[in-house]
Amino acid sequence: MKVGLFIPCYVDQFYPNAAIATLQLLEKFGVEVTYPLSQTCCGQPMANSGYEHLTKGCNELFIKNFEPFDYIVAPSGSCVLHVREHLHDPANEEAATVLRHKVYELTSFLTDILQVKELNARFPHRVGMHQSCHGQRGLKLAQMSELVAEPFSKPGSLLKMVKDIDLIDLGRVDECCGFGGTFCVTEEAVSAKMGKDRVADHLHHGAEYITGVDMSCLMHMEGILNRAGSKVKVIHIAEILNAQ
Amino acid sequence: MHESTKDHAALAAEFNKDEQRVNWHDETLWWIRQKRDKNVHQLPEWEALREAASQIKFNVLSNLHDYLLQFEKNATANGVHVHWAADAKEHNEIVHRLLTEHKVDRMVKSKSMLTEECGLNEYLAEHGIEVIDSDLGERIVQLAKEPPSHIVLPCIHKKKEEIGDLFHKYLGTPANVADPQILTEAARQHLRDVFLTRRAALTGVNFAVAETGEFVVCTNEGNADMGAHLADVHIASMGIEKLIPERKHLGVFLRLLTRSATGQPITTYSSHFKKPRKETPIHIILVDNGRSVQLGRKEFRNSLKCIRCGACMNTCPVYRRSGGHSYHTAVAGPIGSILAPNLDMKKYKDLPFASTLCGSCSNVCPVKIDIHDQLYKWRQELVKEGYTPAAKTISMKLMAQTLSSPTLYNAAGKSGRFVLKHMPFLVSNKLNPWYKEREMPEAPKESFREWYKKNN
Repeated sequence: MKVGLFIPCYVDQFYPNAAIATLQLLEKFGVEVTYPLSQTCCGQPMANSGYEHLTKGCNELFIKNFEPFDYIVAPSGSCVLHVREHLHDPANEEAATVLRHKVYELTSFLTDILQVKELNARFPHRVGMHQSCHGQRGLKLAQMSELVAEPFSKPGSLLKMVKDIDLIDLGRVDECCGFGGTFCVTEEAVSAKMGKDRVADHLHHGAEYITGVDMSCLMHMEGILNRAGSKVKVIHIAEILNAQ
Repeated sequence: MHESTKDHAALAAEFNKDEQRVNWHDETLWWIRQKRDKNVHQLPEWEALREAASQIKFNVLSNLHDYLLQFEKNATANGVHVHWAADAKEHNEIVHRLLTEHKVDRMVKSKSMLTEECGLNEYLAEHGIEVIDSDLGERIVQLAKEPPSHIVLPCIHKKKEEIGDLFHKYLGTPANVADPQILTEAARQHLRDVFLTRRAALTGVNFAVAETGEFVVCTNEGNADMGAHLADVHIASMGIEKLIPERKHLGVFLRLLTRSATGQPITTYSSHFKKPRKETPIHIILVDNGRSVQLGRKEFRNSLKCIRCGACMNTCPVYRRSGGHSYHTAVAGPIGSILAPNLDMKKYKDLPFASTLCGSCSNVCPVKIDIHDQLYKWRQELVKEGYTPAAKTISMKLMAQTLSSPTLYNAAGKSGRFVLKHMPFLVSNKLNPWYKEREMPEAPKESFREWYKKNN
């Protein structure tokens, strides 16, 4: 199975360990992984700001980079949701449609495609799981608290396979952290307050680490934690699932 | 209606100056969201009810013309006078004319967000007619000379001490009394006098039944009934989207409405008005005010399914932390942010951006409006129509150009430098709003790209 590794631009730059863990984790399961070097960005920063019409170039490039693979996997729910919902190319719509269906967020790729049942991982810490909205409500990685429906969690089921991990409960299980892309600067006051409140919930329940499927939410909460001088760290879920 | 030159972000920043108040506001509304959760989880058929309501409203919107005529015919046969208003101005003029005909200069009004949307109170005040809002929350904000901050809980932004001060000033309660029971009793006595002396009553409409020509008004306080039954004339204002085809459909909507709104199984009063008593006419005003335009916008049509329960506000993490007034429109929150740009794109261009697109609103919506998807679509629409600052457009174009070309992207230096320079949330500069309350992420020794090139 050939997988194209899609790494969000800010993860490439600021959180290489999340990307390395993703790569190593996939290789552990016998997947042939390639990182196409000419990838840039999925185009979401433009689209969510109302400039989806400017993402034509990004879309064409994405298709060119990732068309050869059986699957595309990214350690991000948000970027994957953007590709799933908005990747189009009028000149090559057939390819775009195929790609929209074979792009996966990491944890759902592990549970749904690789059908991982056990992990050789150990992480002896108290961990709070942040449900990133685009992964959860967009990609339906976990059941949503608003709905009257059976609970499940793809990232949660993987974390439970990790030895010695102590997963904490939260007061609000799936409240948004307030990152929201450009929202975090255009609506600075509300965004920062949402981040502070989300972090407080994890701290209140004794988290040593906050994890999640999206580094953007974690980056936001890390900014809040570091400003407060907290010792609590953020860590991408791939790093926990790959931890020895 | 609340007039402001400031946008949502600026008004929300003001609201956030008092963090304790933000916490209190957030927790109050979250408590209501939890009540809603607890209540809806008692109904295994909840999701099926939502789907049924959504489909019924689809049918209504697809056949609105016919249902409106059917309703008019049946209501007229019942002896109700039906009026048509193309916009807010016509609606207000009709109300004014009816009051003049009945020689009435003081009116009691129960909750109607439509009259807020139309600016009715201000219009009638200019014409020498006094309106007293009889919903307790609305009466409180009316005394405070503020608009409602929430469509179901109009004074949710006020603490009981502030209400005590208002009642002391206007209703003569003792100073510094904030006991809810004492304040409620004072309001009851005050409103009782209003109900007994006003000869005209205006109510909103929650549901109008095309099949029977009746309409249903839902309140917890019984204030619509008190007003309408004691007055000589009853005027009911309704948006044209409030129709449902048949009476049996109330079995779906009445179960959804209050569970979604406040976590109650049903409103205390769900009053059906069908035939007027002798000598006390009922007038119903069918108001368009932009609704048929929205109906014509394929991507935004679904917003007209709204039954005004307010669940999207209670669940919205942005609304809870910015307050209803920050939306500077009659209907605040997520649903208001997709309705308001239809009325005035320029004035409400900020609202679709007052969201993280987290999607919780769409999940609680009892009629399954795709609220967060519509927020995304409004953003595209507003940019296309030119309602975004030129500087933003220029930077977005530059960004798109660079991201479209690996050569340009790499020529921008290491990819990291591009990210630092152009991702709006990572601009490495202390003037950046990110930095006000958050640290910047630390750049590691090597990027993933560099690591990968070395190791593969």
